[in-house]
Amino acid sequence: MADEVLTAPLVLEYPFTRTTGPVIGGFLTGLREGVIHGVRRSDGTVMCPPLEYDPITSAPLSELVAVGTVGTVTTWTWNGEPRAQQPFTQPFAWAMITLDGADTPMLHAVFVDSADDMATGMRVEVVWRDEREGHITDIAGFIPAVASTTGEPAAMPSDVEQVQSVRTPIRMEYTYTPGRALSQYLRAMKDKRILGDTCPETGEVSVPPRGVSSVAGKPTLPELVDLPDTGYIESFNITRVPIKMRPDLTPPYVSAWIVLDGASVGFMGLGMNVEPEDVRVGMRVRAVWKPDDELEMSAQNILGWEPTGEPDEVIADYALVGRIEQGDDQ
Amino acid sequence: MRDVAIVAFSQRQEAMINIESEVEFMVPLMNEAKDAVGLTQQEMGFTCSGSSDFLAGQAFSFVMTIDGTGPVPPISESHVEQDGAWALYEAWVKLQCGDIDTAFVYSYGKSSPGSLRDVLATQMDPYYVAPLWPDAFAIEAMAARHMLEQGVVSERQLAEIASRSRAHAASNPHAVRTAPKSVDEILAEDYAMAPLRPSDLPAASDGGAVIVLAADDKARELCDRPAWIRGIDHRSDAHTLGVRDLTTSMSARIAAEKAGVGNDKIDIAELHAPFSTSEAVLTKALGLGEDTVINPSGGAQAAHTMMASGLIRLGEAAQRISRGDADRAVATAASGPCLQQNLVAVLEGE
Repeated sequence: MADEVLTAPLVLEYPFTRTTGPVIGGFLTGLREGVIHGVRRSDGTVMCPPLEYDPITSAPLSELVAVGTVGTVTTWTWNGEPRAQQPFTQPFAWAMITLDGADTPMLHAVFVDSADDMATGMRVEVVWRDEREGHITDIAGFIPAVASTTGEPAAMPSDVEQVQSVRTPIRMEYTYTPGRALSQYLRAMKDKRILGDTCPETGEVSVPPRGVSSVAGKPTLPELVDLPDTGYIESFNITRVPIKMRPDLTPPYVSAWIVLDGASVGFMGLGMNVEPEDVRVGMRVRAVWKPDDELEMSAQNILGWEPTGEPDEVIADYALVGRIEQGDDQ
Repeated sequence: MRDVAIVAFSQRQEAMINIESEVEFMVPLMNEAKDAVGLTQQEMGFTCSGSSDFLAGQAFSFVMTIDGTGPVPPISESHVEQDGAWALYEAWVKLQCGDIDTAFVYSYGKSSPGSLRDVLATQMDPYYVAPLWPDAFAIEAMAARHMLEQGVVSERQLAEIASRSRAHAASNPHAVRTAPKSVDEILAEDYAMAPLRPSDLPAASDGGAVIVLAADDKARELCDRPAWIRGIDHRSDAHTLGVRDLTTSMSARIAAEKAGVGNDKIDIAELHAPFSTSEAVLTKALGLGEDTVINPSGGAQAAHTMMASGLIRLGEAAQRISRGDADRAVATAASGPCLQQNLVAVLEGE
């Protein structure tokens, strides 16, 4: 069991909303209205999709030019196993497509049955999404052009609202592995044990263990050490504003920096079974554990930290406290 | 200009490192490089690292990894969200300022926890390209088809590159794709992402690398045969794929000229070429001929550790000079889709 690697699913999401500016915004406004625009470059050619600057001369660009909805494939590859966030669930081709009236190719998807239906030089036409919002995916993709499609740009309606921002959410899935020291720590947590690791030079104990002593720049000792679930509050704050992502925390609540007995470094914990006004630096606390039948390989087994009622820890050289008091005097 | 040399190098690359965290596997490498020159962290004039938290999804992994250097009392350090070769460049510039004589450079990447092909889609244009999530192999495959159809390279030439990478990698304990395969065997492979075959793609790996730089006599004191950086330059092509000529690399060509690649014979070249196509492009852009051994380590195709592969190219080239296997070498590092950005360094022994 000790050699089995612990894993946990991890999803990162970034709900980006990006401002567009007039050129990209103009392009996206056009997509919403069923018109594709390029931008005229310094040398008179048309770049599609448009940028606010010429990538070669760096000249600012602003003259949007409507281009066709039919174009020519300049290169392509076959995507046999589409991934979740890509344009199509069935296998499709990625292609660089130069639209009629444009001089540079754009990347998009071409929907055909197989790679045998693809060729450089083939003519393709836009498939519009039914509901469009001003986003690159307003173009669902491309299909082989039928001869009757001219691809002439449609007239751009006047007085339409300009697209000024675009949502481009990012989602990435990982299988997280915690590393050697944290794996031992997490396994021990299931048995209500708290493990720390020891600096090979100073003997200082850190919890949670990271496998490395930042003081020595060396791996910590391979044997982790058991620490009691008691310690003291080295510092704290009282939060009186609710946090959106933590609806389980009702203000006011105490975030405390807990130093376990025998440890040299503290970590963050939640104050429990205590009025915020009664919390003080040096207060002795013990862990409040989840019920035994709910224990997992997780630091969340410790719900928070409650006062033991013992006399406060005497913090002899606690410089920060002194500085705060001096600050108050001034 | 001050003479600056690579005086120590350590590396680790494996198909997957899932027992240890980033900092846990980097600390032994850091100490290996420090011990090789007998320097402590406090004796390093400057420390610069390269990594990306997006690879493993580990927020602030780069901060944890700085802990591994032993930064107590606090050290002078910096970080780039780039391959470690660019961290080395920053350290080289810092050494040129003249107030320090040594620098410590490291980088690492652990991409196995995520999908590297998806993660790399996020480096594309955020308005027009990234929302479609084209993966990195697809982008390279489109460039490859263009190269083939323009007659710049043939499928057999790509297979020759892939076959040679495997042959060289067989003697590299840090390579992960080491099984030999003939050109005909590679040409018989089904396409992975047409027209690229599995052997044309990089073998993904986790790992990291460390390099110690030193200037002038300090380098001679620390190392029997320092690998002197005689020229170093980096350039970037446009971000927009549609305006680039993907059959060549303007950035690599200009960087090679500025670094002085063509001034004398090059014995070996360690090219950061993840794909067979990338090597074909770089060999041409650098003007390398038959008398240069390309990628004696097997190159980035044989083990592609994101954020470290470029730094490892510099280390592999430097090691061969320090061992006396070569007198003049070139190493490159690349970043972005289809070799968008390239760093070129010329290394020489004395």
